[in-house]
Amino acid sequence: MRRVFLLVFALLLSAPAFSWAAVQPDEMLQDQVLEARARALSQQLRCMVCQNESIDESDAPLAHDLRVLVRERLKAGDSDAQVLDFLVARYGEFVLLKPRLSWRTAILWGLPPGLLFCGITVLVVAATRRRVRVQEPVASLTSAEQARLKKILADSRSP
Amino acid sequence: MIAELGHYALTLALGLALIQGTMPIVGTKTNDPVLMSMAAPTALAQFAFVAMAFTALAICYVISDFSVLNVFENSNSQMPFIYRLTSIWGNHEGSMMLWVSILTFFGALVAVFGNNLPAVLKANALAVQAWIAAAFHLFILTTSNPFVRIPQAPFEGQDLNPILQDPGLAFHPPLLYLGYVGFSIAFSFAIAALLEGRIDAAWARWVRPWVLGAWMCLTVGIAGGSYWAYYTLGWGGFWFWDPVENASLMPWLAGTALLHSAVVMEKRGALKVWTILLAILTFSLSLIGTFLVRSGVLTSVHTFATDPMRGVFILAILVVFIGGALALYGWRAPLLKQGGLFAPISREGALVFNNLFLTTACASVFIGTLYPLALEALTGAKISVGPPFFNATFGPLFIPLMVVMPFGPLMGWKRGDLFGAAQRLLAAAILAALVMVAALAIEQGGPVLAPLGAGVAVFVMAGAVTDIAERTLVLRLPFRAALRRAIGLPRSAWGTAFAHFGLGATLLGIVAATAWGSERIAEMKVGDNLDIAHYRLTFDGLFSRQGPNYRDMVGRFIVHRLNGDLIGIMEPSRRSFPTRNMTTTEAALMTRGVSQIYLSLGDPMPNGNVSVRLYFKPQVLLIWLGAAIMFAGGALSLSDRRLRVGAPQPAKSKAALRPAG
Repeated sequence: MRRVFLLVFALLLSAPAFSWAAVQPDEMLQDQVLEARARALSQQLRCMVCQNESIDESDAPLAHDLRVLVRERLKAGDSDAQVLDFLVARYGEFVLLKPRLSWRTAILWGLPPGLLFCGITVLVVAATRRRVRVQEPVASLTSAEQARLKKILADSRSP
Repeated sequence: MIAELGHYALTLALGLALIQGTMPIVGTKTNDPVLMSMAAPTALAQFAFVAMAFTALAICYVISDFSVLNVFENSNSQMPFIYRLTSIWGNHEGSMMLWVSILTFFGALVAVFGNNLPAVLKANALAVQAWIAAAFHLFILTTSNPFVRIPQAPFEGQDLNPILQDPGLAFHPPLLYLGYVGFSIAFSFAIAALLEGRIDAAWARWVRPWVLGAWMCLTVGIAGGSYWAYYTLGWGGFWFWDPVENASLMPWLAGTALLHSAVVMEKRGALKVWTILLAILTFSLSLIGTFLVRSGVLTSVHTFATDPMRGVFILAILVVFIGGALALYGWRAPLLKQGGLFAPISREGALVFNNLFLTTACASVFIGTLYPLALEALTGAKISVGPPFFNATFGPLFIPLMVVMPFGPLMGWKRGDLFGAAQRLLAAAILAALVMVAALAIEQGGPVLAPLGAGVAVFVMAGAVTDIAERTLVLRLPFRAALRRAIGLPRSAWGTAFAHFGLGATLLGIVAATAWGSERIAEMKVGDNLDIAHYRLTFDGLFSRQGPNYRDMVGRFIVHRLNGDLIGIMEPSRRSFPTRNMTTTEAALMTRGVSQIYLSLGDPMPNGNVSVRLYFKPQVLLIWLGAAIMFAGGALSLSDRRLRVGAPQPAKSKAALRPAG
């Protein structure tokens, strides 16, 4: 939907050619396990010349190079973390679609759980306060009110 | 001449909007019924002029008047009629025209159907609606005028971007805008209530149908866009957590929360202040969405800086309306009286839970979408926030919400019986557990969370069925009696069940299609076979076909079941458009039940082979069918007696309570 949305809204009308094939048959590794790992890693890596596209989806030449690079590192025996570290060292944090937790991203990662926690706290406090208020003894009737109540009840009984 | 008429009509609409935005408010302050009653006719007149402007633009497109710059840039006389029409909103200026057309259309609807509204509320709400309209009229006239002429008219237009030459363009943007802009009604009513400093349960009853209508349109608008992307992009993705998608998801999440909190307000008079805030936030998110996609800020912070006029204008609209609304809220909201006590375990409690999780989910989408922009603007550091982030934050918030969802409708107002509700949901829970176990057993190797997701989805769907079964007593009464109860059930109860069932179906589709689908990427020569799931595809050859303004290179594939039965033929193609020198991929889809086989062609190889991408997407259609069911639920709820003939007047009970003598 990305491209459709972008085209509907942002109207990047100057794009010269579109082709949708991302991973090409000739890029793929023979080893099924390694290839599966490569695909999973590719989905976490950003194609830096595209808009919010992973290298797994993009058909830009850079994405192709990165896909080949990831596969080369995997064939050389790198672990997933090592491949990611290698790419971050080369291209910076920008390459990761899921930013790492750091001071810079503290608000990003902290906001959703923080907000949930605050919301729950507010609701619990409100609920306990309300319960206290509900449990407060209702002031009993004054003698004048008692008398009036008796009169009303007596009136309603008589036809 | 027609373009000039349109331009003139739009200018007049701006003038009318200014009148509509001021006079009724003066009327409410000076208690002048004549000034207040100006709101409705000016709203109608404003709509008439905007409609005239839109029609003028439409005529320019239909007759292919290439002396109008906007038509020249986005249309072509060779295009089929339907695309000449839809290309009106396939560009920035035209889509803003659609935006204001829908906005003033809603204003006119309030003017026409708002006879039962209190005069002050109606006058204020229409005035606020007019402020929004005036801001956007001014935006169009100063920065995005679609009626600009070219001195030397060219013979032929530049054509609409081929990706947009799709039936999807006819439905997706209008529905999305109906949703976005529909929420402006809730916003206007909220501001009107704040201006007046008075709000009651009746407010929720007036506002809820508008919110519901907008929510329905937004639901199918988003789902439609998702299906469009699914069949257009050539690899079967349906949701990418792209900022432009998030821009439409955020109002949906906030709008869903608003829909539910408005129920509490209508039925129980509680959550008033919160509902007002949600109404403001929902439309604010629609405005932010418009800003995000219209200003170019998404492409890069720098694009925004190089062509700042439009972006700065929309940013100013944003600051004035959102800032102003929130300031007014901070000032006036304490005046509004709270009411309606309830225990934490109750239907209200469940709806508060719903609101907490929906708004938190919305906030996580918001921060994920805007954080990279803010960080780059403030520190210059570039980071990416993509699907892995959203899956990690949005998923954990949505799953608890779905688990609690079936409990809500089964609980009583004020004080609910959690144990009783759990007992009644036992069958649904057992069914869900069975599905989880079956999924674990059959689909070994998929993601660990997938069986859990499928179980939750089934729980939600079965919970919705339980809700109806409990209300109609279908398992305890004879069938006829139950049927009578089912017919007598309020349609809003049916609406709830449908909408919840639909959401469960959508979740099931998402889980199944992402976790248990299969993919084959291969290079094929004529006669080659490729197997996927229970099917075998044979490549039969390539041929070419001429369309009205494009040329197709079609691959022909014969589909068999693995046991040899012939099922059909799939013909994916690559479509080239000479006017723009662009090629698009037209995938072929074959529907089997609610699952699909998905086939798309890559670039042809020099040796005459083709590279193909073949997918099996189990249960994928449930994603969009679920949205359709949600829409149906909304429609049922809209047709509820309460809204058709109005709530019963409490006249009798008042008379009974009057002290005798």
